[in-house]
Parts: sequence; C-alpha cells; structure tokens
Amino acid sequence: MKQTSATFLQNAHEAMLQPQRSVNRQQLGTMMPQLRDSGVASFGDFDALRSHVSEVRTHTLDHLDHYLDSYVKQATQNGNEVHFARDGDELNRLVSDICQRHEARKIVKGKSMVTEETALNDHLMAEGFQVTETDLGEYILQEAGETPSHIVGPALHKPEAEIRDLFLDRHDLGDRELGDAAALVAEARGLLRQRFLDADVGIIGANALIAESGYSLLVTNEGNGDLCANLPPVLIVCTTLERLLPRFEDAMDLLRLLARSATGQPISCYSTLYSGPRRDGEEDGPLETHIILLDNRRTDILASDYREMLHCVRCGACLNHCPVYVAAGGHAYGWVYPGPMGSILTPLLTSLEASHDLPNACTACGRCEEVCPANIALPDLLRDLRQEEFLTQLTPRRWRLGMRAHAWLLTTPGLYRALTTVAVRAMTWLARGRGSLHRLPFAKGWSTARDCPAPESATTFMHQYNSLRKSRHGR
Amino acid sequence: MSPAPHTRKGRSRRPKVALFVTCLADVFRPSVAFASLALLKAAGCRVSVPEAQTCCGQPGYNSGDYRGARDVAKRVIGMLENADYVVAPSGSCAGMIVKHYPSLLEGEWKERAQALASRTWEICSFLTDVMPLAAVDQAPEAALTRRRIAYHDSCAGLRELNIREQPRRLLRKRAGVETVELEKRDVCCGFGGTFCAKMPEISATMASEKLRDAIDSGADMLVGGDLGCLLSLAGRASREGIYLEFRHVVELIHDQRSKEGIGASNANETDTQ
Repeated sequence: MKQTSATFLQNAHEAMLQPQRSVNRQQLGTMMPQLRDSGVASFGDFDALRSHVSEVRTHTLDHLDHYLDSYVKQATQNGNEVHFARDGDELNRLVSDICQRHEARKIVKGKSMVTEETALNDHLMAEGFQVTETDLGEYILQEAGETPSHIVGPALHKPEAEIRDLFLDRHDLGDRELGDAAALVAEARGLLRQRFLDADVGIIGANALIAESGYSLLVTNEGNGDLCANLPPVLIVCTTLERLLPRFEDAMDLLRLLARSATGQPISCYSTLYSGPRRDGEEDGPLETHIILLDNRRTDILASDYREMLHCVRCGACLNHCPVYVAAGGHAYGWVYPGPMGSILTPLLTSLEASHDLPNACTACGRCEEVCPANIALPDLLRDLRQEEFLTQLTPRRWRLGMRAHAWLLTTPGLYRALTTVAVRAMTWLARGRGSLHRLPFAKGWSTARDCPAPESATTFMHQYNSLRKSRHGR
Repeated sequence: MSPAPHTRKGRSRRPKVALFVTCLADVFRPSVAFASLALLKAAGCRVSVPEAQTCCGQPGYNSGDYRGARDVAKRVIGMLENADYVVAPSGSCAGMIVKHYPSLLEGEWKERAQALASRTWEICSFLTDVMPLAAVDQAPEAALTRRRIAYHDSCAGLRELNIREQPRRLLRKRAGVETVELEKRDVCCGFGGTFCAKMPEISATMASEKLRDAIDSGADMLVGGDLGCLLSLAGRASREGIYLEFRHVVELIHDQRSKEGIGASNANETDTQ
C-alpha cells in the first residue's frame, strides 16, 4: 500500500469536501460510541477486567522469549509449521513460496491488517495468483480498488448506493434489482461461496496466540475466516508477536474486552480456536497449516518508550471516539492504521519523517484513552512523538523558534507583561468596536477558519488589577 | 486523609488562595479573573494574585518542547507553592499543573510538583468540593432564567479533573440556571491549543459540529469553564454567522458581568435579546 501520510492535511481537506461521506462519518462517530457504551455497561466491572488484561499483557511482553518458545513448541507439536518474518517482504515471500510449492492458483483471504501492512495482495497478484478478499468490507474495497478507512469496518466510508453501483458494474449477473443492504450481502455471499470451494490456499490473521497450547484465536462476524481456514487444503495464518498470551483464559478475557470495545457485542459472532492441520481420522480441515510471525519493527517498539503500544488489541474504539478521525476520515492518515492508534503506529512502523503530521492530529481530548480496552495512554504517546519531532527538527522551524521564544517569554514576566499590554491594545484598536477580528497578524493558522474574538477591554487583567491596588493604597 | 491545608494544626483559618489568572483571561477576558476573585472572597478565602504569573506553559508542552515546559513549570511551582490552594478559572490550566507538571519533572522538583498538584483546583470544583459557595438569597435574575443555556464540558476539566456536575450545580444554586445538555457533551470542540492553528480546517469542522449540537439543543447561550474552547467556538460562530452568546461560567455565578458575550460586538445589546 502506497503511503500518503506525508500529505495528511491535504488528504483530510479532500475528505472533508465530500458531503455524503462526511455525514456517514459523523453518524459513525455517534453510533459506535453508543454501541460501545451499552456493551461495556452490560458487563459489570469493565475497568477491573481491562486492568487485569493489561497486567497480563505487560507480563507476557516482559517474558516474551519464554512464551514465544512455548507457543512455537506447542504449535509445532500440533503439526503446524511456524515461520518468522523480519519484515513485510519476508512475509510476502514466505506466503508466495508456500503457494508455489502447492502449485496453487486461487487464494481466499480473511480480514487481516497485518497483510495490509505488508501489501500481501499486491505481491501475490504480481506473482500471478488470484486473490479474493472474503470479508464483505474488504471484498467491496478490493472490487473498488480502494484501501480500508477503518481497522474493523474497512468499508465504512462507502455509502450503500456506491456499493450497489459497484456490484452492478463488477458482477456479471445481468439485469437485476439490488434493493436493500440485505440484497447486496446476499449477492456477495453467493459469489464468495464458490470462491471458498475453489480455493487452493486460505490466509487468515489472528487475534490471539495462546502459548500454553499453541492455538490461535480468530474472531469474525461473518464466518468468512472459518471458511478460509477449513475449506482449502492449505492454511496460512499471518500474525505478529504481540498477539501472544499465556493461557486460554487470558484469550477469553481479551475476547470480552475486544468485542465490547469494537462493536458493543458481548462476543463476536464467530470466535474460533485453530489448533493445526487435520488429524488422522478427521474428515475436514486443512491438510497443511503454516503460521507466520511477523516482526516488522515490533521488537524495536518492545525496546522503546512506546512499548505499551504493543498492548493494542485492534478494536478500533479509539478511531470511533476520536473527533479528528471522525472529521478527517481514515484515508487521510495515508496508511494502514488510522486514528489515534494509527498516529502512533504509523511513525513507529514506517518513519516519523513520512508521517510527521499524524502525532499532531490530536487535541489531547483524552477520549481515546478513556475507552481504550488496553489502557494505553494514547495522548501521552502522541505527545512524546511530538517531542521527538521537536528534537529531531521535524517540527517546522517557525514553530520550534516560536515555542522556544514563548517559553523564554513565560519565564521573563516583565517583558511578558509589556508585550501582552501592547498586544491587547493592538487587537482592541484593530477590532474598532467590532466583537471580533477577521484577520489576525502573525496568526494565520487561527484566522483561516475562525475570527478572533476581540479582547474585552483595552488593558490586561494584570494591568487593571495593579492599577486598582495602587489607587487603593494611594487613598 | 491529611487535613485540608487551611485547617492544619487543628486551627481553622481563612485559607490563602493564589489565583492563577491564566493567560487567556488576562488578555481576552479580565472580567473572568475579577469574577473569580470576588467568588473566592465570597467563599471565605484570602486571595492573592501573584505578580510574576504568565502562563502554565501548555502550548509548548503540547508542541513537544518538554525542556521549555519544564522551565516554565519550575517557575510556576516556585511562585505558587506558598499558597494553601491554587485556583484557576480553567480546567485545562489546572489540569496542566495537576496532571502534567508531576509527570514532566524528576526528583525533588517532582515532589514539589506533586505537592502543588494536590492543592490546585479548577474554580468550579474548588467552590463546590473545597470551599463551598453558599446559595444566594435574592431571586434569580430574569435575564438569565429566561435564556436557554447549555454547558460545554471542556475535555481537560472533564477527563483530567473529573469536572462534570460542579459547574452545573453552581449555576443552579447561584444563578437559578438549569442548563440544557448537548447530545455529544463529551466530544471535543476542536480547540486543542496549538492544534487549532496547526490544523485549522479539521479544527473548524469539529467546532462547527459542536455549534450545530448547541443550536440543536435549543440553547441561545453556551457557557463553559475554559476560555480556550469559548474563544475558539465564538470565533468560529462569528465566521459562520451563527448567533450564540458565549460566556465563562464564573460570569454567570457572579452577579456582575460584562455586558457582551465573548466575541460579541460592543454595539450589540446582547443582554436584552
């Protein structure tokens, strides 16, 4: 996926010009938090659960070598082949090698952000494989040639009418009515069913890897992941190191947090544990299974001050609750992961240079941290990234000098007082009795989108207060 | 629980409160600082206004200039730590002192920051939770009670300091005002300090959503505890040609207020609308 994070502001500008999609986003920003709230309210002590899971995650990362060892041992014993991929290219090559070895032509895929990260589809298609995304949202995007705008609902940005036009255009099914959403779903379902049956290889992701048993857990609401995993003769699970949890019950705790935070559901419609290939005497399931563990800078994150970002469960709650995400839309962020979690992960997984606007796309409102099921201090991490920008001079020179001068001024009260006195007088003079100033010298950023309310009076509070005190003492 | 600073050694006395004016009140809305002074005195405090105060340093801190923010924080701590309490008419500035100074500093300075943080309050929570302000005797002003007034929760106050009911309670008790609620009362208005200057278009979209929410609630006045949000919203309303009156909450719970709302023209008699 070509990264366009460097033009975040321009991307956001274009997104905000699309009225229908803007309305959709605002509806999403209203509806999803309501669903999440009711899901969380029905649980009981959600905070206790998230603190507990957070402790388990911290413990697991602290002893990653131990749990990784146990997982690999168990998974191998269950008949899986476990591979490690240092970066996206390595994962892509591992996948295409397996496919080639089986002389596969047709591949079905469940939803997986990890393979979005490595741009696996582009790689496989360039190698001549036919790849079908089977999650409905991902399928729509594949047909439309678009990228996900949300990590849970990848096609949430697309209005129903656009999807109808797309299906009528892309599906060779003759004249037909596609009345409502149900008709659209039924049509996609019918077409996808044959793809599952024809597929040579299935690719899925994982929501958790269980160290004690070597099992992986996958949740979906459509059941497409299970069809990808069970119908084709070969299964490949593409996932990352930080999905590891020690025990089965830890994965169940995670499931409780994840489903409620993502969609308000007590549990996702399909929650499946995968052990490995078909065993002797069994009638179904894949004949061969591979698990690829992708690093792609995650061990760097593990060793950095951003370690807690590895606790992220990919529920999308921080996106749904972020007013910047709702205003600008997921595509503005220009890569795989949008919203608050994406504004941290994108710089860490790609580079801060290529995404320097993202850590600034935050008002520090704290709503994401409030709902994060992994208790990640997202606004603090975003601010820390801004500090890195400041120190590495990625912050525009004008801002850096401005902030340095500002800090100096704040510690020099006499001069500060003199300057505010002049500024208040100047603004009052410029306003000439009107309530606000239409343009503000030296503050273009402010005045492009709003007026500047004029000061209430021509002198500062400190000036007025000191004069009052003086006149009282004088009397 | 340790005794409140002003009742230490078993002696009750009028607590010494340092008013942290905030840079925005100093420049844009002196009446907010005067109202704060009067309210703190009415609540039984001895109030001082430390002469050397400037700003809490949040713009630099949020822009990633931690070094500059540390310098500012140390000065503010040294200036304010002799008071029994520090009170600011802003959840954002109080939140900076309460939540961020301690995390920004190390060692002895961290301890001093924590000590100051434990005695620093946003004004509505102070006048409710620490030095409760008595209800007023006289009948509520008709000029206020016939208005439809919505309260805007600013994010820092709401999430860093748990300020939710205190300002509403004070408005009820002191001004006879029952606030109307916005549908998305916990959503940011798009100000975000330097954010609004770095990303003006996104910020304005968020402000417009907040203004629409306020209008849909039927409100003709939007009141809040943070001048940052109010100045930003008033500026956006002015740009969009939306009529709404904007005021800081202390202007309403104190009975003398400036005639015009924030950003309203001197020529308009907004009080009589």
